[in-house]
Amino acid sequence: MTLEATLKRGNWFSRLANPGRFLAWSKGFVWPLAALTALLFAVGLYLALVASPADYQMGQTVRIMYIHVPNAWLSQFVYAVMAIASIGTLVWRHPLADVAAKSAAPLGATFTGLALFSGSLWGRPTWGTFWEWDGRMTSTLILFLIYLGIVALWRAFDDQGRAARIIAVFTLVGALDIPVVKFSVDWWNTLHQPASVFTMSGEHMPPAMLIPLLVMTLAFTLLFITLHLVRMRTEILRRRAETLERQAAASLAA
Amino acid sequence: MPDLGPHAVFIVWAYAGVALGVVLLIVLAILDARRTAARLRQLEARGIRRRSADRTP
Repeated sequence: MTLEATLKRGNWFSRLANPGRFLAWSKGFVWPLAALTALLFAVGLYLALVASPADYQMGQTVRIMYIHVPNAWLSQFVYAVMAIASIGTLVWRHPLADVAAKSAAPLGATFTGLALFSGSLWGRPTWGTFWEWDGRMTSTLILFLIYLGIVALWRAFDDQGRAARIIAVFTLVGALDIPVVKFSVDWWNTLHQPASVFTMSGEHMPPAMLIPLLVMTLAFTLLFITLHLVRMRTEILRRRAETLERQAAASLAA
Repeated sequence: MPDLGPHAVFIVWAYAGVALGVVLLIVLAILDARRTAARLRQLEARGIRRRSADRTP
């Protein structure tokens, strides 16, 4: 293959990442992902609300764990996705990186807010309080505010290309909060229980609770992936529409 | 569904709130997608197309 042909052909990554090609190949994934997400939620909710046992200490309120933990996991996972996308923006100027980052931010903010909300409702009967300024809760609240700041920044700029680079730097700085959230229960005295799903000494949770938790976590994760895909597609089309409107305005002016 | 115990109200509100949040996310994503698709259709109806769409192969 000649050099010209190679450059023209590009590698598999650049082919996948081209916005037009992304729109083409991603279309076929949306409905299957949505169907799989719905199925997992149906199974997970049955396991969480009906089939799983009460906890010997927390009683029935342990059922809040099956919605709180997946949202808490997603609050960090989505931020990790945004951080990787930000590296893609800054280092490689990847055409889809800022689309991915912008599309993920409102989803991450919502999941973080739901983690705080469900956690508060779990805390009241468990600890006797809706809120405590301990390491885990405070750092998660900070993460929520960082998300809101990122969403607001995207809306503040007309030039989304310039916005992408500035917000990418902000996102990477904000990523310092993620290990604080994760390890806060180990570093400080805290009301929040330490890690109990996967630890260095193995799993602490019985299968009757672990399986519903894993099913619900997978359901929420697939929900994020499905919505992220839909929002990325919408963002690409929105940018196309804006480009066309600018072209039309320029033609009229000429 | 088993008896949710003396703290049932917290469990119900937690699930209801999370369900509302998830439904809102889904509805807003769908509405945004439809609005954007409609915007592009309007532009095409006005004859405004991407330059790459006009390139002959």
